[in-house]
Amino acid sequence: MYSFNYQKTKSVADAAAALGKNADAKLLAGGQSLIAAMKLRLAQPAQLIDLGEVAELKGIKVDGGSVTIGAMTRHGEVASSADVKKAIPALAALASGIGDRMVRNMGTIGGSVAHNDPAADYPAAVLGLGATVITNKRKIAADDFFKGMFETALQAGEIITAVSFPTPKRAAYMKFKNPASRYAMVGVFVAETAGGPRVAVTGAGPGVFRVPEMEKALAGKFAPESVANIAVTSSGLNSDIHASAEYRAHLITVMAKRAVAAALT
Amino acid sequence: MTVRVSMTVNGKTVSGDVEERTLLVEFIRNNLRLTGTHVGCDTAQCGACTIHMNGRAVKSCNMLAMQAEGAQLTTIEGVAKADGTLHPMQEAFREHHGLQCGFCTPGMIMSAIDLVKVHPQPDEQTIRAELDGNLCRCTGYHNIVKAIKAAAAKM
Amino acid sequence: MSTNLIGQAVKRREDYRFLTGAGQYTDDVQLANQTYAYFLRSPHAHAKIKAIRKDKAMKAPGVVAIFTGDDVANAKVGGLPCGWLITDVNGQPMKEPPHPVLAQGKVRYVGDHVAIVIAESYAQAKDAAELVEVDYEVLPAVVDVADAAEKGAPVLHDIAPDNTCYVWALGDKAAVDKAFASAAHVTTLEFVNNRLIPNAIEPRAATGSFSRADDSYTLYVASQNPHVERLLMTAFVLGLPEHKVRVVAPDVGGGFGSKIYLYAEDVVVTWASKQVNRPVKWTAERSESFQSDAHGRDHLTKAELALDKNGKFLALRVHTTANMGAYLSTFASCIPTILYATLLAGQYTTPVIYCEVKAVFTNTAPVDAYRGAGRPEATYVVERIVETAARELKMDPAELRRKNFITQFPYQTPVALLYDTGNYDATLTEAQKLADVEGYAARKKASEAKGKLRGRGYACYIEACGIAPSAVAGSLGARAGLFEAGEVRVHPTGKVTVFTGSHSHGQGHETTFAQVVASRFGIPLEDVDIVHGDTSKILFGMGTYGSRSIAVGGTAIVKAMDKVVNKGRKIAAHLLEAAESDVEFKDGFFQIAGTDKKKAFAEIALTAYVPHNYPHDKLEPGLNENAFYDPTNFTFPAGSYICEVEVGPETGQVKIDKWVAVDDFGKIINPMIVEGQVHGGLVQGIGQALTESCRYDKATGQLLTGTMLDYSLPRADEVPSFVVGTKETPCTHNPLGVKGCGEAGAIGAPAALMNAITDALGIKDMPMPASPQNVWSALRTKEAA
Repeated sequence: MYSFNYQKTKSVADAAAALGKNADAKLLAGGQSLIAAMKLRLAQPAQLIDLGEVAELKGIKVDGGSVTIGAMTRHGEVASSADVKKAIPALAALASGIGDRMVRNMGTIGGSVAHNDPAADYPAAVLGLGATVITNKRKIAADDFFKGMFETALQAGEIITAVSFPTPKRAAYMKFKNPASRYAMVGVFVAETAGGPRVAVTGAGPGVFRVPEMEKALAGKFAPESVANIAVTSSGLNSDIHASAEYRAHLITVMAKRAVAAALT
Repeated sequence: MTVRVSMTVNGKTVSGDVEERTLLVEFIRNNLRLTGTHVGCDTAQCGACTIHMNGRAVKSCNMLAMQAEGAQLTTIEGVAKADGTLHPMQEAFREHHGLQCGFCTPGMIMSAIDLVKVHPQPDEQTIRAELDGNLCRCTGYHNIVKAIKAAAAKM
Repeated sequence: MSTNLIGQAVKRREDYRFLTGAGQYTDDVQLANQTYAYFLRSPHAHAKIKAIRKDKAMKAPGVVAIFTGDDVANAKVGGLPCGWLITDVNGQPMKEPPHPVLAQGKVRYVGDHVAIVIAESYAQAKDAAELVEVDYEVLPAVVDVADAAEKGAPVLHDIAPDNTCYVWALGDKAAVDKAFASAAHVTTLEFVNNRLIPNAIEPRAATGSFSRADDSYTLYVASQNPHVERLLMTAFVLGLPEHKVRVVAPDVGGGFGSKIYLYAEDVVVTWASKQVNRPVKWTAERSESFQSDAHGRDHLTKAELALDKNGKFLALRVHTTANMGAYLSTFASCIPTILYATLLAGQYTTPVIYCEVKAVFTNTAPVDAYRGAGRPEATYVVERIVETAARELKMDPAELRRKNFITQFPYQTPVALLYDTGNYDATLTEAQKLADVEGYAARKKASEAKGKLRGRGYACYIEACGIAPSAVAGSLGARAGLFEAGEVRVHPTGKVTVFTGSHSHGQGHETTFAQVVASRFGIPLEDVDIVHGDTSKILFGMGTYGSRSIAVGGTAIVKAMDKVVNKGRKIAAHLLEAAESDVEFKDGFFQIAGTDKKKAFAEIALTAYVPHNYPHDKLEPGLNENAFYDPTNFTFPAGSYICEVEVGPETGQVKIDKWVAVDDFGKIINPMIVEGQVHGGLVQGIGQALTESCRYDKATGQLLTGTMLDYSLPRADEVPSFVVGTKETPCTHNPLGVKGCGEAGAIGAPAALMNAITDALGIKDMPMPASPQNVWSALRTKEAA
């Protein structure tokens, strides 16, 4: 990787100040995507601001209607949290399937959401549950947060501090893994929320997206057969050596059907 | 530029001056000369670099040395007892021929010990699923799975 | 004391160091004052190098030296040689284009070596490499085997204007054509044997060092055959005196063929170490392994099987185009010919066979032996077409095989090999028993009830191992001998050190060979050490490949032990005042037959080194013997694999539900190690059929599967546990009766698995790998038809 300066911070305020001083600085959360990209010399930050010791970014809080997860909470902690398992089992299950056990012991929700890899799992939960991304400056609704491949609504100097997930009536996530990378080739998060059903897809397109036709059908009846015959257009979907756009479109329907079935059990 | 990094590795306090971009695995292998932790890939897939940090398995090739500042690390060299007696996981790999060329083995062992911590009595399916972060090209996994199952019963 | 350890599942003696992190692999070796090398590689598949400017890079921090193609050319460094000359159908030698260690005016694949940058740290070398300015004129590239020899294809080498290395043939074409003309049934298949990237988990590594004190070099290298590496490098590339170069292959983290070859990096770090007068260390990053390790397979084949109305095979006709990549790697030329076409008889009495092979150059990494090397490709041809024929004739695939099995040995095939022994029905019958073929119909029904498609596939493979009789290999074009060497050094206390040319990198030689030695000498296993991998210690060695170690390397040790015993018998006869012919050696004692007068092995050893009472007039002191063994024939391991799969038609996901492997490896020294070799081979074979595929972009020649994020190595959750059985028909021409087991799994597995998958899908064929997308597409094609 290229050379850079490294700074450890103890608070969000310190991190924000450091970030403000250097336009080429980047936050280091768990680093499971960033360090990997830097190793391949695909990313070249001039400075890394390590959030690893920022205590205020860690932890899981559950209240009556939501689960709020601090940005520096590791995937493994979410996966094994009794509170999350009870409130939103689909979220714990999703976290337990991110990368592998070693990656889950380092990777964080804040890092994943801020990075917005088009094949990452967390964005599907954030969008599928209609979560709120909380930053040091504001609260951003999931529908406004993700802006396509590796792009988000985050502004310069803005730091995700937590993600707050409203507790759904029921939800499930089904992932069809890329055989090589094990990222989602197609992942579908389905939820029945207070505001109606939501279906969010990751891995298939340039960024996470919702499927309104499926949501409408599920609003009529929340059952697998409601989505089983809804074909998603392959236009605009990713196509690579592992899966054509047509195959991905097909898998969206299959995974959505399975997710609805899983949500009902 | 260099930075000072300190941590505890296999019970010993160690420190060194490293470039910021130094990976933890490079610090372990080159500065500490603990060469049992291996590098098999550059995309954090193979798991040969797996160590324990603060009691959890992590991939030391996919983090900076500075991210382990102040942490408690165990590498493969710290797994057997001081008198050389093998850990039950190491012993089970030997007993069940869970290794051939030995290159993935340290990472496998470190991952497997962590696996059993999380799943104390894993069945075959769980073991296979939980080994998705470790690649072995020699054994076909058959005997690794057997070894982990046997070790879990003794740990 | 009886110490017969043959056939015992002795725990491996090498394990302790590997389990505790004490193994010493090439990258673990640190030499004082070492520098670090980074190889600047071509980003283009095909380009002219118009200029290289290194002045900026030379000024980068820490840079020690940068060498390019001009530097090695000026120093008269030669190109990499190919070790096997194939003579084409017209009696002409194959086209052997130069294979420079650093590109000379042109690059021919993504990853081709352009320059070595040497610096005080690896990061500095890599940083500086980005400052080396190379002006490329990008040329059109050709990567597909099917396109290489087409008219108008971009030409890689001037000496091969049609990109053709050779067209070679084996067998009686006229007789085959005649048999086809009268056949009751002909089965035809056309397919690609997919290209693979070996991916030993230890990346290649090489550290060269030069000593001014005695003008000598040492190369630490991740190699399967250090002596071959040294011979090729000194005699053919660097022109150095062989005795002034020491090559050490310490612990090696898997090879699978990919570490047989002499690579450019090995040569360049050795050469450069003298130029900079410091050790030069290089370790590949995984991305470099993907780009520059020799790849495997990559055949395009049309196969036709002629049968009579009863299902007897009449003739087999095979046309294959094989991808050599951009240059000829060390053994590239013999893989799709000598190690392929000769295996096309399989286990069957097919009376006439004709095989024609065209080898082509493309803008891809060189292709060479990868676990099985030619034999998996041959088995795929034979076992896919036999299974397909059975389906077309509505015959049971096992019965069709049985009907055509060779049952009389020795058997001369129509494709040059002479099988010494075998019992194919025995392995098939045992496999069928272990696979519960009776219960298959019920299992298929149960799968259907779950919405899953179940299929079953057989493969009855044969391989030629124990490579090879040197005279035979030489007559076929080999430019090297293929014997093996061993030395047995009995120390004065009766402890034994064995030096073998068979390098061990996972095969467990330190255990298996010690079992053979301890058993023969009647001494404890702990009294025997096996040393390998260092040209300064071992007299010579042709190395480890082709499942040859126990059959050839093990036999060399046996021959050396015979000499030790013969000498020991003479010493014992002297001490016991008996005739030499009356002294027998058994269970660790030299004993006068029929009496209780005897001398222990250790006593004889001590006498040999403290020769106070000694037949000096007849014998030299000491007890140290060596032997070279050149086999008289190949060995022929064979076996039967049966697998069952369940396919999810919605997603195309294949699950292997059941796998039975019954192999005949002749006598088995250590069944635990043998089973481990089978498991590992099976998963590499399963990898080829299910997950692995090297892909280059057709238009640009870029490697699309250049990291583990895109090249799918099998993981634990994609493969099953295996049911493994063995049958023993001992090899007739080596003293241990052994055949070798390292490659079997990789040879038989792809055909068995693809037979099962096509059975499940109800289709004739589909391309490997059977990835979810490919299976889904195959099902869609079937539905559309």
